[in-house]
Amino acid sequence: MNTESRMNPDTSRAPVSQKPQVVNARADENAVGAQVRVSIDGQEIKVPLGTTILDAAKRLGVHIPTLCHHADLCSAGLCRVCVVEVEGQRALQASCAYPITSPLTIKTHTRKVRNARRHIVDLMLSEHVGECYTCSRSNNCELQSLAKEMGVVNFRFGQRTERRHQTDTSSHSVVRNMDKCVLCRRCVRTCIDLQEVGVLEACHRGSETTIETFRDKPLGEVVCINCGQCINRCPTGALRANDPTEEIWRHIDNPGKHVVIQTAPAPRAAIGECFGCAPGTPMTFEMNSALRLCGFDKVFDTNFTADLTILEEGTELLLRLHRALVQGDREAALPQFTSCSPGWVKYLEHFYPDYIPNLSSAKSPQQMFGAVIKTYYAQLHELDPKDIVTVALMPCSAKKFECNRPEMVDSGFKDVDYGLTTRELAQMFKEAGIDLPNLPHSDFDDPFGSATGSGVIFGATGGVMEAALRTVIEVVCGVQVENLFDHADIIPVRGFDGIRYVELPIREVGPVIPMFKHLVGDWDWLKGATLKVAVAHGTANAKKVMDDIKAGGRFSECHFIEFMGCPGGCIGGGGQPIPTSPEIRAARAKAIYGEDRSYKIRKSHENPAVLELYEKFLKEGPCGHLSHKLLHTHYTARGAFMA
Amino acid sequence: MSLKDHSSILFRESRPDEGLRKAVGMKRVDIITAVRESGLKGRGGAGFPTGVKWNFAALAQDTVKYVVCNADEGEPGTFKDRVLLSEKADLVLEGMAIAGRAIGAREGIIYLRGEYDFMRRHLEQVIASREAAHLLGESILGLDGFDFTVRVHMGAGAYVCGEETALIESLEGHRGEPRNRPPFPVNTGYLGHPTCVNNVETLALAARVIALGAEAFAKVGPASSTGTKLFSVSGDCARPGVYEFPMGISIEDLLREVGGEEAKAVQVGGASGTCVPRKAFTRRLAFDDASTGGSIIVFGPGRDMLRVARNFMEFFDEESCGQCTPCRSGNRVLLEGIGKLEQGCCSLSHLQELQALGETMQLASKCGLGQSSPNAFLSIVEHFKDEILARQGA
Amino acid sequence: MLVLEREGLGRRIDEICARHGRNRSALLPILQELQEAQGWVSDFAMQEVARHLGIHPVEVYSVVTFYAFLNSERKGRFVLRLCRTISCDMRDKDRVARQLEQELGIAFGQTTADGRFTLEWTNCMGMCDQGPALMVNKQIFTQVSPQGVHTILEACRRIYGLYPERSEDDALVSAGALQVAVESQEAHA
Ligand SMILES: Cc1cc2nc3c(=O)[nH]c(=O)nc-3n(C[C@H](O)[C@H](O)[C@H](O)COP(=O)(O)O)c2cc1C
Ligand code: SF4
Ligand code: FES
Repeated sequence: MNTESRMNPDTSRAPVSQKPQVVNARADENAVGAQVRVSIDGQEIKVPLGTTILDAAKRLGVHIPTLCHHADLCSAGLCRVCVVEVEGQRALQASCAYPITSPLTIKTHTRKVRNARRHIVDLMLSEHVGECYTCSRSNNCELQSLAKEMGVVNFRFGQRTERRHQTDTSSHSVVRNMDKCVLCRRCVRTCIDLQEVGVLEACHRGSETTIETFRDKPLGEVVCINCGQCINRCPTGALRANDPTEEIWRHIDNPGKHVVIQTAPAPRAAIGECFGCAPGTPMTFEMNSALRLCGFDKVFDTNFTADLTILEEGTELLLRLHRALVQGDREAALPQFTSCSPGWVKYLEHFYPDYIPNLSSAKSPQQMFGAVIKTYYAQLHELDPKDIVTVALMPCSAKKFECNRPEMVDSGFKDVDYGLTTRELAQMFKEAGIDLPNLPHSDFDDPFGSATGSGVIFGATGGVMEAALRTVIEVVCGVQVENLFDHADIIPVRGFDGIRYVELPIREVGPVIPMFKHLVGDWDWLKGATLKVAVAHGTANAKKVMDDIKAGGRFSECHFIEFMGCPGGCIGGGGQPIPTSPEIRAARAKAIYGEDRSYKIRKSHENPAVLELYEKFLKEGPCGHLSHKLLHTHYTARGAFMA
Repeated sequence: MSLKDHSSILFRESRPDEGLRKAVGMKRVDIITAVRESGLKGRGGAGFPTGVKWNFAALAQDTVKYVVCNADEGEPGTFKDRVLLSEKADLVLEGMAIAGRAIGAREGIIYLRGEYDFMRRHLEQVIASREAAHLLGESILGLDGFDFTVRVHMGAGAYVCGEETALIESLEGHRGEPRNRPPFPVNTGYLGHPTCVNNVETLALAARVIALGAEAFAKVGPASSTGTKLFSVSGDCARPGVYEFPMGISIEDLLREVGGEEAKAVQVGGASGTCVPRKAFTRRLAFDDASTGGSIIVFGPGRDMLRVARNFMEFFDEESCGQCTPCRSGNRVLLEGIGKLEQGCCSLSHLQELQALGETMQLASKCGLGQSSPNAFLSIVEHFKDEILARQGA
Repeated sequence: MLVLEREGLGRRIDEICARHGRNRSALLPILQELQEAQGWVSDFAMQEVARHLGIHPVEVYSVVTFYAFLNSERKGRFVLRLCRTISCDMRDKDRVARQLEQELGIAFGQTTADGRFTLEWTNCMGMCDQGPALMVNKQIFTQVSPQGVHTILEACRRIYGLYPERSEDDALVSAGALQVAVESQEAHA
């Protein structure tokens, strides 16, 4: 289950030229003829038929520079940085796009090759408005590294300084500066292939070629879902997130402001990468200390509202099931879809607006927290909510858009003031001279305390589902999850397969616990039922599930489906450290599941702080009156037409 | 039309559909063998042996295959396919049907450049009348299972779509951006099926090969470049037009025929070809010497060769598909370099840098466009260095 | 665009897509037909076509911007494209160009204020033996002289006078009416 499902060539809309090479002989690697010999720089190796030269070189430990190539994307072979000499061929070949189907002799750094690579990098530099000092990607820029690697010491073919494009800041989430674009088209392949949103394409031709949106409209006016996956795969600073750090510093410096930050689970599993740690090094408690050093007044764990989300969303699900199964209500809008991924939510609003009723009305943990801070927390500490600034540390660029949705003001104020990404926070730490990995540990602040393991796993695909199941199983069946699943690890919903489908028969039911007494009398109506759930991550997979539902396929029979906009879920979010790859995301997920295991309390409905919130503040239990006002929301049918 | 009937193969009087009639009686493999033995090489520019290409396509395992007639004719100075299609459409369609039979394809597509829209109706009429005469359609000439239909697909103004994989992308409704190879179109082409892309002239000649026999064809021209070739001649000469000459004719002889004896240089192979100076006019027009898809542009004594180079580079700067770095960006840099040369402010070392860049473009570009776009610049700089450097400040 | 107009165009696009098939391979023929009918491919048309073919609007836009004979901006009723490639260049295309600019009062790349004429450069059209070549919509004129420019423009104006509205498919202009008009003009002179 840990091979991330790649794009399916059948449904991909990538031009054929950019689809992966399909060589059918791979099935049995040892079959006669399925292996082929290559010699690379004098070293010999046998590889399966169809392996690219680049992959074969990797196996031998031979480094070939690349730019347009990306582990998550189909090959394009268009930057030509990776060219090598293939014996018997006049022209150099792009190693990333050359499938080996017969024995080859390859040289990777002859004079011809070195000259060509150097020229190509020179040409890219001549097209690129390079302002390294002032660039968000300085020191993390693939073009910069290539220039260094190629030993570039001058601009042989000049350097572009005049600006031909206006920086597009229309989006709350993604900023596009096409003057820095080197046309590797990784964003195009990300948006069309990996995400199937289809906002960006190469337009015009020849030296006029640019990456554009439909009719070159501002990003804020097209069907962009703000997932930021393009940012994560941009080799330069052409794409970046809309950065609020200046404003946040200003609030921190203002003694009249009470600045609180909530931190989502995925950033802590990744931020170490910005400080040289290996992917998957957890930084939860170092980060708490660092945030305080930065000057944040309180540091909260978003997992608190993740648990709250589970209770609200889980209750909503049980109510929908009740409506459907007991009252025979056909409008119960099942399957219920999760709504905590703002990229996914906007995707649905654009492309499947008819299914808005299926979205859980529960807000995302980020937005719930904002509302709770500016109401409950303000009351508790006798603070004027207008003096509170809420910052949300998120792995996500779409969260910036989400907190700016006009309806997200249920506290009477903007519930969340700023969405801050992992990368931006790392930058703040660096600016403050904070050496994150070597800080002492410290815990989250009260009154929300430490959360549960269920909250933490929200950060990986399948996590919301697992958390919900832990609670639903216990609440309904009256048994410990641990009796059904070892350590409460619901393995079937984990992993990186693009779409997972799981059935859970409910064999017995238990008594209704006090928290739900106001909603149902008993669970008998669920006895013998089979709960059908599914998980999909990356909107390309979401699209497959949605199309299946539309066609009345098996996913339409589901009761609950977790959708995450980004591949891998939040750990692969558009605000996470760059680079990203299936291996990096798997390492981050491992950190998350490790943290889950380390918690004593691992189920949302057992979170004492959440129970206290219901008791002292929300009063009526999940889905009660105040919950509805503060913790639930509505959506906008946007459609896909661009006026 | 200024076509000369020397030892003509294409334009000599012949019985209609002789090749097709013979092909119906031949085994598929024998058709391919005949084409291979004739030595016929592709007339679209690359000069790949047609019989070998057909054989690859025939061997490819698939129930659906395509024959594509490349009528995108966009190389500056080339117009022979226009003449061939307007005057010998039947012969081209005959060649397509033979190719279809040889490789086992039932569908043919003529990719006609947008500029030639005026020929579309004519072609469709010829197709219709051939269908009525059982020379296309089902059971051609009564042969059970020999089904072959042809449709015309219009280009929309893009030179690069003449490159065969770009052409296929275009047929599939994409931007005309060349693909990575392998896989080659004969294995994975239009809609993923084996596709044999041939030039208009190649297909017409193939029909004549079957009609005349491989031997008769191979007797014309030198061994490396058998048969005749259509030349599109334009520029500073008295009699521009399309000429059919045996392969291997020298530039000198050709210039005499067309009234261009005064020429100071000849561009062989269009913008992507090379510029041959007067002192090399003894060179022969053949695949192993001065190779051309048919374009011959004559430059008279008074021509400014830098202006010529600029004109070609402007062409490529616009017509590059824009996907790969060496071509997209390299053409622009060379064009800027020509600007500097014109202004007399290009240092010798920068000129050398540009020449080296040209070589990289030839080696590292993704497709034939970028691999050949610096040719004109490089050959003009090489042969007319004095003329060019005379302008420089020094 | 008026709602009614849009509905009409929507139906028309539906019909065109049905005829060519709702698959990506049909994209160019569909766009070419729309281009011919409307003189451009509008935003609305691109999105409708995308919807019918199950692809993204930006992909249609990307294709439209790639090909010289498709345009996502409105152009003049008569698009004049003068070949600028070498053989026509050597046959004094510059004189023809100057004449065009003078008579129309616009530079290359521009459209006259009345929306009648757009002037553009184009690359080799395969008329190298008969240059300079000028394409007016789909009609190609060869060996065009500065005087010829005047005749051609007059013919365009006459056609415009007779049919001020773009007809359903402007075949009139494409299918040689222009040639006839030019010939009769020459006969008059
Ligand atoms: C930029 C470029 C443009 C080309 N244009 C044409 C063309 O207009 N017509 C043509 O027949 N071949 C053209 N070719 C060559 C084709 O790619 C291909 O080799 C040819 O159609 C094969 O047919 P043949 O083997 O019969 O020559 C072009 C190649 C390149 C790289
Ligand atoms: S060489 Fe030029 S035309 Fe060919 S793929 Fe590269 S950019 Fe496109
Ligand atoms: S990395 Fe191979 S061509 Fe760009």
